[in-house]
Amino acid sequence: MTIEDIIKPENLVYKKPDLMNDRPMHYCPGCSHGVVHKLIGEVLEEMDVVEDTIGITPVGCAVFAYNYLDIDWEEAAHGRAPAMAVAIKRLRPNKLVFTYQGDGDLAAIGTAETIHACNRGDSITIIFVNNGIYGMTGGQMAPTTLEGMKTATCPYGRNVKLNGYPLKITNLLKELDGTCYVTRQSVHTAAAVRKAKKAIRKAFENNLNQKGVSVVEIVSTCNSGWKMTPDQSNKWMEENMFPAYPLGDLKDTTI
Amino acid sequence: MSEEIKLMKGNEAIAHAAIRCGCDGYFGYPITPQSEVLETLMEVEPWKTTGMNVLQAESEVAAINMVYGGAGTGKKVMTSSSSPGVSLKQEGVSYLAGAELPALIVNVMRGGPGLGTIQPSQADYFQTVKGGGHGDYKLIALAPASVQEMADFVGLAFDLAFKYRNPAIILADGVIGQMMEKVVLPPFKARRTDEEIVKECPWAAVGKPKNRERNVITSLELDPAVMEERNIHLQEKYKTIEANEVRYEEIQCEDAEYLLVAFGSSARICQKAVEVARAQGIKVGLLRPITLWPFPSKIIAKYADQVKAMLSVELNAGQMVEDVRLAVNGKVKVEHFGRLGGIVYTPDEIIEAMKTKIM
Repeated sequence: MTIEDIIKPENLVYKKPDLMNDRPMHYCPGCSHGVVHKLIGEVLEEMDVVEDTIGITPVGCAVFAYNYLDIDWEEAAHGRAPAMAVAIKRLRPNKLVFTYQGDGDLAAIGTAETIHACNRGDSITIIFVNNGIYGMTGGQMAPTTLEGMKTATCPYGRNVKLNGYPLKITNLLKELDGTCYVTRQSVHTAAAVRKAKKAIRKAFENNLNQKGVSVVEIVSTCNSGWKMTPDQSNKWMEENMFPAYPLGDLKDTTI
Repeated sequence: MSEEIKLMKGNEAIAHAAIRCGCDGYFGYPITPQSEVLETLMEVEPWKTTGMNVLQAESEVAAINMVYGGAGTGKKVMTSSSSPGVSLKQEGVSYLAGAELPALIVNVMRGGPGLGTIQPSQADYFQTVKGGGHGDYKLIALAPASVQEMADFVGLAFDLAFKYRNPAIILADGVIGQMMEKVVLPPFKARRTDEEIVKECPWAAVGKPKNRERNVITSLELDPAVMEERNIHLQEKYKTIEANEVRYEEIQCEDAEYLLVAFGSSARICQKAVEVARAQGIKVGLLRPITLWPFPSKIIAKYADQVKAMLSVELNAGQMVEDVRLAVNGKVKVEHFGRLGGIVYTPDEIIEAMKTKIM
């Protein structure tokens, strides 16, 4: 059998979503962002809502998310994406408005915007990629960096006396009356990817059904920042990140 | 046609004018002396009539980023604040300018620096016309001198902002915001439909239809060559604005031997000073910049050939005087007179300053 025999359309069992263009990604090999982008693209395509979707990119590694998914985007100042999303949703209530944010963006500089958006309850979706480190700026400590975890700005490991405790912000957000769905997922195995996709779909449906704020945290790896291979990163995440940030739904008022 | 004359504060006029000019959204945060803007909007509840959104944000930072988000979808959106709050907004203002989004910011100035005072001041002139936030950018800056102009400039500022895809600012102060005067409010103008917005703002992020490329609102570009091009484009746009949009008022300047230059509330007080000085036989005129940027440099340069000296009268330690001096370019003496920290001068103090500083 030649390669031409194999790549016939009828043999196609998997493809990237059409929304995802062919621009080379700037993400490091092994990074979780690419998978999360793909899931967003798949869900938007399956829901057939591209014409009604406005995404907001953060400052951080995902700052260039707008280069890879062919939807309309606005690029936020660091941490301000939820404030922008609230305004857009108020001005255009029938649109699917979502933010895509990392841990530094959402849980450090943007804490006020995050909490007030989640408390106000406008139907926006927050996709929160938590890898416990600032990737874009070269691996500094994030609010979600684990105790003892080494980064460029806590080179001897996070010391809570010096740096405070890791911020489990999603636990906080679930307590706010404006959130309808708060879940924690990962994308490090095929099974996890399927679950994460279901969560994103549910969050986007809540968005269009005006149910309130949906928060999908994706516990992720940053193998470059963690200075591990992608495989080692996944294992380290399972052993260290998951106990601190356990996977599963934290809240769902839509059932 | 009969015009309805109303009596109200400058801040209230801003709110009513916003509703009437087809504004889609206001995002604000309380701060003295401008809180009446948000209070009036919440009392009038325009979402029940014109459909205009009004939201009290959690901070000035959030408010300006709400404006940024809304403006990126082509909506006519605004915020207002006073000096310390406007400092907080500078991040978003710079992003608005960088992404070339139309929006309106209102600053009802109070004395600073720091928390300063709630009394009137004009000490945010530099912040307004020289940048404020980071990067090479300009705001179209309108300085109202009456409650009527507070009302009129809301529509004008939005028109200019959309014409040039650039944020505009109304730079008022505690006097103009708080004083009550009679005002004729602008006629009601319908908010634009979503179809009209798509037509007027083809760049807006409203959801990507199949027949166009995606729209991305951003000020980010890592390739320095492309970033320089973007900056050059901005500077060219600013040159066009400078060529087309300079506004000013000349009061008793024809035969003037001395010229006062003043904006906003200071111009109102200077107008009285001119009247009193002329009764004393002093031939003095007043030039009032209405646009602080673009600055009326050419007309000031023209008067440098006519008058013996100029006095820049400002409620600050000497800010606009630098632009007056640049325009005059050494031809005649240019001095500054100001009061600080919330103290407002009397017409007599201005005449006294004229006599001691430039005569």
